[in-house]
Amino acid sequence: MRVYIIKRLVEAIGVCLVISMISFFLLFLNTDPALLLLPPEAEMEDIATFKKQMGLDRPVIVQYVDFLGKVVLHGDFGDSFVAKVPAVRLIAGRLPATVKLALASLLVINLVALPVGVIAAIRRYSLMDNIATFVALVGQAMPLYWFGIMLIIVFGVWLGWLPISGSDSLLHLVLPAITLGSWILPVNMRLVRSGMLEVLNQDYIRTARAKGLSEKRVLIKHAFKNAAIPVVTVSGMQFGALLGGAVVTETVFAWPGLGRLAVDSIRMGDYPVVQAIVVIFAVCIILANLLADIVAAFIDPRIRLN
Amino acid sequence: MRVKENFAELSSLSEDAKPSTVSLILRKMWHLRLGVVGAVLLFCLVTTAIFCPVLAPHDPLKQNIMKRLRPPVWLKGGSVDNLLGTDHLGRDILSRVMHGTRISLVVGVAAVIMQVIIGVALGLLAGYHGGKIDSVISFMVNAMMGFPFILLAMSLVAVLGPSLQNIIIALGVTGWTVFTRVTRIETMKQREQEYVLAATSLAFSTKRILLRHVLPNLIPSLTVLATVEVARAIIRESLLSFLGLGIQPPTPSWGTMLAEGRDYMLMQWWLAALPGAAIFISALGINLLGDALRDVTDPHLRKS
Repeated sequence: MRVYIIKRLVEAIGVCLVISMISFFLLFLNTDPALLLLPPEAEMEDIATFKKQMGLDRPVIVQYVDFLGKVVLHGDFGDSFVAKVPAVRLIAGRLPATVKLALASLLVINLVALPVGVIAAIRRYSLMDNIATFVALVGQAMPLYWFGIMLIIVFGVWLGWLPISGSDSLLHLVLPAITLGSWILPVNMRLVRSGMLEVLNQDYIRTARAKGLSEKRVLIKHAFKNAAIPVVTVSGMQFGALLGGAVVTETVFAWPGLGRLAVDSIRMGDYPVVQAIVVIFAVCIILANLLADIVAAFIDPRIRLN
Repeated sequence: MRVKENFAELSSLSEDAKPSTVSLILRKMWHLRLGVVGAVLLFCLVTTAIFCPVLAPHDPLKQNIMKRLRPPVWLKGGSVDNLLGTDHLGRDILSRVMHGTRISLVVGVAAVIMQVIIGVALGLLAGYHGGKIDSVISFMVNAMMGFPFILLAMSLVAVLGPSLQNIIIALGVTGWTVFTRVTRIETMKQREQEYVLAATSLAFSTKRILLRHVLPNLIPSLTVLATVEVARAIIRESLLSFLGLGIQPPTPSWGTMLAEGRDYMLMQWWLAALPGAAIFISALGINLLGDALRDVTDPHLRKS
């Protein structure tokens, strides 16, 4: 187990390095950062002085090492070009809103996907199962932001039940959480269903039933626990999908979170903020994957022994 | 008594688990019928994309401020002249949606071709050679998967500049990992087959073995995957355009139209609803066809 964790940890650190590198060099892909920062009428001389001041005249690789050092040692991604405050501070201010949204949508996902998935598996080919299959199929093709806009039109504008933008109350959270949840819900539903189906055919379930356990106990204690493993394993990857979905959802609902900050910063060419968000998102995704793998290895000895 | 009850439950459940032949056939037919629906939808899409200059009733770029924000024909105030109404500049929405088909399909197909070229090449190498090459390529795949796709694609478009070509590049270089994963696993399986051994013993070059012998065996599963990925690329392109980092106005792209329509969603809901419906229907059609293809080409992959 320890070897497994260490191996995965080393790999995760490597991936983080590559991502920091890509997000750093993205800035140099097509443009000179000095030209981005200075007004267009700047003289050649000013540009040269400015470059020297900012250390932009050094070899790119030296600049990268410098960037990485600051990030790792001080958590410093530089100052935002637009707001003129440290990028990290901007991000810290936006983080709570995104976490709130993500947690609410996770609640939506699990409240629907787990029971429906289990029922669809137990009552295979029943009406419920067919509806679930159909919803999953449709959900796969639904652009997230369009779904969000349609929810706004129907529940916000036509029915007037729910607020359509902003983040003042819990009611504001309903539509964004459903929108973001709909992104992952079909996948989880299918996973639970196929996991349950696979498990229900196993010998130990027959044994559990044969020894007279109640059906509820068989399903929950014996079947569901094992069927949940694939859900745990993919939840790490889904965390990434959730963050990506948050970018879109927050834009649609004017939700003041990290995703909207990311979109705004990319549009305005505010690279320190973009780099910081990309690296922080990536580190979160990698950590989530790592955690999911370790949890899965704990639950299922077959994974860690392989 | 309790044992008996459980026994009854057990037998009823095992009946549940093994559906009757009739219901299986029904389900199979339902699946195939959905596939036919998907094929018809895709046919309509391709036809529209190719012939949109002829089929579209109006010029998609022609503005007419006098007739701006007209509702679709089935709503009060709509007219037959603009079946789906007009947008804030008085442009015909039906014509714009039809022209948007071309952009979506071109971007979707081109991006997937790029993904296939990168992904399959890396997957073949990783799966066939194993060892260090496999470790390096798998590491690259992991690194790419750690990236939030949308941020990377947006940053790429922002840095390269928003143009049709750059959007295709951004979608291509961010979306190849799924092809590498599938190709790698399949190649590993094929490598153990006797025909590869035979080819090796005939001293064929690795390139020849991979391209002429292994790759043809992967084509069915890759075709299915590529079909579904086209739908995904279409959704992603529209998303980039929606966020303002894709196709730029006035070119009629579904995502751009949606973004423009969003400003009017309180009153003129159809402006945002209709282009979104076009994206949804296209993606649904392609996915339905993909699912049916999967059923036909590989019964093992069939969803349970």
